[in-house]
Amino acid sequence: MSDSVTAQAHAVPAHHEELGFWRTYVFSTDHKMIGRQFLFLGLFMLIIGGLLAMMMRWQLAWPETEIPLMSWVPEPYMYGGILPPPTYNAFFTMHATIMIFFVVMPIMVGCFGNFLIPLMIGTRDMAFPRLNMLSFWVGLMSGLVMLSSFFVPGGPAASGWTAYAPLSAQAAFTGVNWGQHLWIISLILLGISSLMGSINYITTIVNMRAPGMTYFRMPLVIWSLFITAILLLLALPVLTAALAMLLFDRMFGTSFFLPAGGGEPLLWQHLFWFFGHPEVYVLVLPAMGVTSDILSTFSRKPIFGYHAMAFSMIAIAFLSWVVWGHHMFISGMNPLLGTAFMMSTMVIAIPSAIKTFNWLGTLWGGSIRFTSPMLFALGFVSNFLIGGLSGIFMASTPVDIFIHDTYYIVAHFHYVVAGIIFALFAAIYYWFPKMFGRTMNEALGKTHFVLTYTFFNLTFFPMHILGVGGHMRRIYNPTQYDFLQPLQGINVFITMSALLLGLSQLPFIVNFIGSLITGKKAERNPWQANTLEWTAPSPPPHGNYDAIPVVYRGPYEYSSPEVKEDWLPQNRQLGTEATAARAH
Amino acid sequence: MSWLPEDVSTFGGEIDRLFYIIYYITGAAFILVTVLMVLFLVLYRHREGRRATYTHGNTALEITWTVIPAIVFVSLSFMSVSTWGKIKAHAPPADVQVQVTAKQFNWEIVYPGPDGKFGTEDDLQVDNDLHVPVNKVVHVILKARDVIHSFFLPNLRLKQDAVPGRDILVWFEAVKPGKYELPCAELCGFGHSGMRGWLYVHSPEEYAKWVQETWPQK
Ligand code: HEM
Ligand SMILES: [Cu+2]
Ligand SMILES: [Cu+2]
Repeated sequence: MSDSVTAQAHAVPAHHEELGFWRTYVFSTDHKMIGRQFLFLGLFMLIIGGLLAMMMRWQLAWPETEIPLMSWVPEPYMYGGILPPPTYNAFFTMHATIMIFFVVMPIMVGCFGNFLIPLMIGTRDMAFPRLNMLSFWVGLMSGLVMLSSFFVPGGPAASGWTAYAPLSAQAAFTGVNWGQHLWIISLILLGISSLMGSINYITTIVNMRAPGMTYFRMPLVIWSLFITAILLLLALPVLTAALAMLLFDRMFGTSFFLPAGGGEPLLWQHLFWFFGHPEVYVLVLPAMGVTSDILSTFSRKPIFGYHAMAFSMIAIAFLSWVVWGHHMFISGMNPLLGTAFMMSTMVIAIPSAIKTFNWLGTLWGGSIRFTSPMLFALGFVSNFLIGGLSGIFMASTPVDIFIHDTYYIVAHFHYVVAGIIFALFAAIYYWFPKMFGRTMNEALGKTHFVLTYTFFNLTFFPMHILGVGGHMRRIYNPTQYDFLQPLQGINVFITMSALLLGLSQLPFIVNFIGSLITGKKAERNPWQANTLEWTAPSPPPHGNYDAIPVVYRGPYEYSSPEVKEDWLPQNRQLGTEATAARAH
Repeated sequence: MSWLPEDVSTFGGEIDRLFYIIYYITGAAFILVTVLMVLFLVLYRHREGRRATYTHGNTALEITWTVIPAIVFVSLSFMSVSTWGKIKAHAPPADVQVQVTAKQFNWEIVYPGPDGKFGTEDDLQVDNDLHVPVNKVVHVILKARDVIHSFFLPNLRLKQDAVPGRDILVWFEAVKPGKYELPCAELCGFGHSGMRGWLYVHSPEEYAKWVQETWPQK
């Protein structure tokens, strides 16, 4: 099997006959085009998800006042630009759903998984190019179904991205009927899309690595995508099954989650979080991989503790199946289980600590270049540090009694999940030249970083303080509560920072679109990096390489004493003289 | 740091203490990593003529920074277990019992009445006002009628989801008379925000007076 797949892939001629417009840009089976398609899908959704967040923040700072420019939205969704509670609930549900499933997953896994795996392991395409194309189109359909729910009577789903039953299981409880159906259907479709993608990634990585590319010569970003694909493959069926049960409860009157019919509300939570915790690692692992590669490149230094980095991801792959109960400490689950899940959660924090220290070790003694991708990768590390440390509070069961379902949780997961956006931008700035054959503007990139980093922290850090003050999450109007009155000033501050954080994305939009059109033509290897994608032309043609590269060493041989330059590509064969030098 | 709301429960102090222990540990870790990071970024910024140190790691160092966090995390778990057990598993015997049923979007509160039994004629039911005596162990039997809600008393460091189909027992003992907010902490529908009640903690005399005035008499 392995041989035949490899042979087939190698048989693809390097220079194809010209494909027409449709086969090149729309129904493409080329992993790079599919990667770009996922990127555009994700960036479009990022704008929608971001605008929803801005409107929610407006409501939280200045409750029930008119949101600028929104008075055109018809009743009952808004009243002259004023958000009513059901719409607020729909907005946070859709915001989270979009950000997780239609921004971070399509970009980090869909786009960079597709674009980088064949290029970085040295092959011409994915193992199953048509399955790959199907994966994008099903993904796009899923996104359209999700967006269409904004236009059905009753509006979109409003039971949170976690869709806790019974709230989500009967239309009467939220007043949303078709919106929640469509939410379920969309996520089932997305599950199918991701399943196809993950089968493809796993097969490609296992079978199609270039000669000499052993597992432990793979870049960490490939390791991270490999583990991510395995987690997706195992976790998504559980979500799909749970979603199907939920749809049955809603449409056919089954009672999987409804106690009146003998069902069990907590069953939904167990199924959802059994998927949900591995899912958060699906989101963060590629970001960690990207960060590792970029830190090493721009420190001009091998990654510190390569094996520890790879094994900590493998450890996460196992441990993430046994920690889901930390989302359910106060759900009514047996307290003994709470203790067990606290222990396992403390254990899964260890690999995260290891990774952070290894990133520090990589910087130590480096020769650091502060390029845009490097700045964003450093931003990711700094955010992940805060998000990881805040996780420890919540992992302690007694402390979680107080901070569960408060803004403390909101702060935590924005530092980790919204923090991933930093790795996402780092990856875009880093691989843009390879993806589009043009260079992005560094000055705009740095401006984008400084503004984003500043307002990100000003937005999300104060949420810890709200949470510690007891401020519940998912509430429409904090001024309804006496004990939250003293905290309202913080809410206003957060909203102003959030609006500025939104505006801070303008330099990126200008830079991205401007560079696509007028950016300087990119060289093959603008960052003087070692991994295989940089030996292909920018952008690589269909088939990627003139000849399949042969790999002689690991991906991080920067500043190696074997060569004069401070980089040493994976596929560069050194003369006998250097080999002899190494023998000493 | 006094962002935590005032604590008026018997076990709240233990939760706050754990919170502060973790706060100091994570605060130290945060400062350590941040200072080192900034230091490295400054010291090892690119300068002409200096080449980066060529190293792939250091096993002793890596073992150290695996083992130390492991010890810290495991100790935190053990410190948490006893408090968790005290709050969750070993409720002291009740002085007062009430039933709280959450529904969209109110707390339905039932007092057993003079006979001390629920489900009898003399039960007293009110919405959203929970009256209890100070320094007495209160058992709350928590139910939900429609969807999941969460019974949250910030000042007592108490939160427990109310799940349809279950009776969940929670307990607390308030140590200071006063009026404390009782919000719902789990998304329960469009009226979730604003679903709240009040906990009135009375001195013994006041409590007796309240019982006298509001409970059905024998
Ligand atoms: C350092 C390790 C981490 C620990 C100890 C940790 C711990 C926790 C705990 C205990 C909760 C549940 C808190 C509650 O609801 O009361 C939680 C929630 C959450 N965590 Fe983490 N976490 C860690 C890392 C991460 C990472 C890496 C991600 C994602 C990339 C993540 C994403 C989330 C999300 C999205 C939620 C909230 C889900 C929701 O309720 O909507 N966490 N975390
Ligand atoms: Cu989790
Ligand atoms: Cu409620």
